[in-house]
Amino acid sequence: MELTSLSLSEVREELRAKNVSPLEVLQALEERIARVDPAIRGYVARDFESAAAQAKNADVSLPLGGIPIAIKDVINVLGEPCACASKILRGYRSPYDATVVKKLRAAGAIPYGRTNMDEFAMGSSTENSSISPTYNPWDTSRIPGGSSGGSAAVVAADEAFAALGSDTGGSIRQPAALCGCAGLKPSYGRVSRFGLVAFASSLDQIGPFTKTVRDSALMLNAISGLDTQDSTSLDEPVPDYAATLGQDIKGLRLGMPKEYFVGGIDPRVDETVRAAIRHYESLGAEIVEVSLPHTGHAVGVYYIIATAEASANLARFDGVRYGHRAAGAANLLEQYGKTREEGFGAEVKRRIILGTYVLSSGYYDAYYLRAQKVRTLIRRDFTTAFDKVDAIVCPTSPEPAFKIGERSDDPLRMYLADIFTIAANLAGICGISIPCGFAQADGKALPIGLQLLGKPFDEARLLKLAHAYEQSTPWHKQKPVL
Amino acid sequence: MSDFDVRYTARLARLNLSEEEIAKFQSQLSQVLAFVEKLREVDVTGVEPTAHTNPLYNVFREDRERDWFDAKEALANAPRQANGLFVVAKVVE
Repeated sequence: MELTSLSLSEVREELRAKNVSPLEVLQALEERIARVDPAIRGYVARDFESAAAQAKNADVSLPLGGIPIAIKDVINVLGEPCACASKILRGYRSPYDATVVKKLRAAGAIPYGRTNMDEFAMGSSTENSSISPTYNPWDTSRIPGGSSGGSAAVVAADEAFAALGSDTGGSIRQPAALCGCAGLKPSYGRVSRFGLVAFASSLDQIGPFTKTVRDSALMLNAISGLDTQDSTSLDEPVPDYAATLGQDIKGLRLGMPKEYFVGGIDPRVDETVRAAIRHYESLGAEIVEVSLPHTGHAVGVYYIIATAEASANLARFDGVRYGHRAAGAANLLEQYGKTREEGFGAEVKRRIILGTYVLSSGYYDAYYLRAQKVRTLIRRDFTTAFDKVDAIVCPTSPEPAFKIGERSDDPLRMYLADIFTIAANLAGICGISIPCGFAQADGKALPIGLQLLGKPFDEARLLKLAHAYEQSTPWHKQKPVL
Repeated sequence: MSDFDVRYTARLARLNLSEEEIAKFQSQLSQVLAFVEKLREVDVTGVEPTAHTNPLYNVFREDRERDWFDAKEALANAPRQANGLFVVAKVVE
């Protein structure tokens, strides 16, 4: 068996038993990446030299001691590029570590590579990367999902033991579903965003991609907690998320939101997710129908709030302090306009325009303020549902991976790919996607994701539920042929 | 919504666009705006807006000096710099 096909927990055991050294693990990974990444293009940058130096001094007794971790190109790693897959940040080198990276290092992990993404995390397919698309390991004519498509693809293709991504409207859970790995979006405030390049600050969260639910728990253990550098992080206790795995889930109540099982969903996804829910019933969980009445408004609310916040956050890219600067501008205003024209891709421009418009004088109340009020109603839907159930179970994505290029010029259709994931960000709750089966298309198996949504800061229960399903089904063990 | 004008909004956003982009975004974003019009159907009377989801207000820290970038680190990614300062195009005549 190849070393790289092991899960994070398994490679940790091998390291601790001294069957293998951190440097050997890193070298095996390097070889695997050299062999398969030309077809996947999940990485945008790698630094094995610096990683090897860290591997030589790694302390394998630490929680993630000696384990290489891939990092999405939107999170700052000292001395490494952090371009957010944008032309405007080409050549930029991070002058500091994001808090999550500091925490991973403190746990013994080794950052070694940057993963591809939609530019500034705006997209659902990773086609909006200014560098290259990433290709789905299960069928390289298809998208891996997005925006963290690189992170999902490298974990699925055994090119990483785990990766960090960010999730603003589904950017961890949707690519995890489409690539067949586990993807966790922690609750808003659970994980510090200091050092994450901001897209929509009231929605952004950092979380892990892993091969198993246990690995998600280990990663969450390492990155959670209050950070005084991110004033939205909460001072809530950080339990050992691995401790409750394997406990009985009998009697836990799972809510099936009736609004998520209506038209517009691929019948193979609908059928597979319903089978997964029946499986939960057989494990002793009680299935209860719940209603989230404002579901139909989530995408609209999201594309107002997220673009509004993005238009403000991306104002910092002005060609003054870092990144690209257009040549030959006669004055500062022209310098801003040209720099941003040359530096941003089409989707980022679209969202800046939309966000600027909904915040502009005369439209603020009609769009932004109204969206924030409907957001309150969406949050209330979840609060009411969680009075009745311990977690919600539904599809992650309405369909399996689609073909590259299929909707790159139809923004509205692309936005609807996030229909089941967006509400969790609006409500600040936690969510995870795990593999629950496959759809067959053109002789290829395409992964389908099951989404579990939990109350704010209830990640332990969410992981316990996800683990119970995973351990009693075969899906997570299946690998793409590469 | 009928007033949506990409050219004007782009100016507000300090973002130059080509004529081709203006035409394309005008049509694509008009579709997105038509889609979000649906929010008008929702009764939001008496509903408080949500700015973000945590019950957090006024997070303060002590007003103390912290270890942070020196000038050299802050300027390391600057497209143009001189004498420890960022250099930009002319602002005033």
